[in-house]
Amino acid sequence: MSQPQEASHPQAGLHTGWPHQIYTILKRNGINQVGYVPDTGHRQLISLCQADNEITDVVLTTEAEGAGLVLGASLGGQRAALLMQSSGVGNCINTFSLLRNCAVPCVILVTMRGEFADFNPWQVPMGSITEQTLKLCGFLTYRIEREEDIEDTVAAGCKMAFGGGNLQVAILLAQRMVDRSKPEGH
Amino acid sequence: MFDRRPFVAGLLVDRGDLLVVTGLGSSTYDVAACGDHSLNFYLWSAMGTTAMVGLGLALARPDRRVAVITGDGDTLMGLGSLATIGVKQPGNLSIVVLDNRHYSATGMQPTATAAGIDLAGTAQACRFRRVERVTELSRAAAMRELLHTGQGPIFIHAQVEADDQKRIMPSRDGYAISRRFMQASGR
Repeated sequence: MSQPQEASHPQAGLHTGWPHQIYTILKRNGINQVGYVPDTGHRQLISLCQADNEITDVVLTTEAEGAGLVLGASLGGQRAALLMQSSGVGNCINTFSLLRNCAVPCVILVTMRGEFADFNPWQVPMGSITEQTLKLCGFLTYRIEREEDIEDTVAAGCKMAFGGGNLQVAILLAQRMVDRSKPEGH
Repeated sequence: MFDRRPFVAGLLVDRGDLLVVTGLGSSTYDVAACGDHSLNFYLWSAMGTTAMVGLGLALARPDRRVAVITGDGDTLMGLGSLATIGVKQPGNLSIVVLDNRHYSATGMQPTATAAGIDLAGTAQACRFRRVERVTELSRAAAMRELLHTGQGPIFIHAQVEADDQKRIMPSRDGYAISRRFMQASGR
């Protein structure tokens, strides 16, 4: 396993905290492709994936592209994960159909918006229906409120997806885990 | 402009281990008309994502050539994916767009390309390494060669006739066609 070089990253603590825990679990599960539309909550995890030679990181123009990427990776024998924020889930509804139609195992990590002291109330309509939307799309959903639950829950989600059931799993990361009380840079 | 069926047939001559992904609708029927093949993957939902399936596959299989064969409607719905592909620069991926300027599955309503929206120009702007504008059927053999040996990402824009062709229906069982594909391609 290649270790990314801390020195090449401006952010302190790249190899600590819950994003690094998630990264380690994705590595352990043999994830080779990670598609994402960036989110502040995923910033560190994205940096870790970008620095990893064994992971192909793909920046998507819309989250809707993600299901196609995951299916293509799976046809090529690779496992893929998607990173997005809750607003992105709404962009994916029809394209998620690929994953069920072809029984493609997949793990999606969703950082929540519009649920806890969000500075932007326009995030509430999508944020408040994100988990139900994922369930309607056929996903098993897990919600993580506290950092100490990351290891168990993300590992369990990966096991459900890749353990032979070919399931689609979404892991929602509560907004309390990421400070959204102010817009970035304020 | 030319007939799409002999063009697609020309692209798939001696296809060897070429991996083929088709967009839902007419392009699936065109590829199926050449004979079902275990290295074909047909999409039956999620219009707009065909190129992305090709990208995920091309990134996972750098040892193989991947050809996406799709239409203008599907490409327009996923226009952003041309940018996504341009960022990754997969050398083994080709996108073939059979542009008939119409939504042929739903009653031949005009697409944006009927108004002159330029998909080949879009691919060029998205840093496709090679962009071919095909207006003659006689170029099919050269395009077939590109699919097998050209440096990607390649974009082949084929200006085909807007006519209603016989619908050749391959399997719509996503589980079956995906597992068949994986097994036949060694995964």
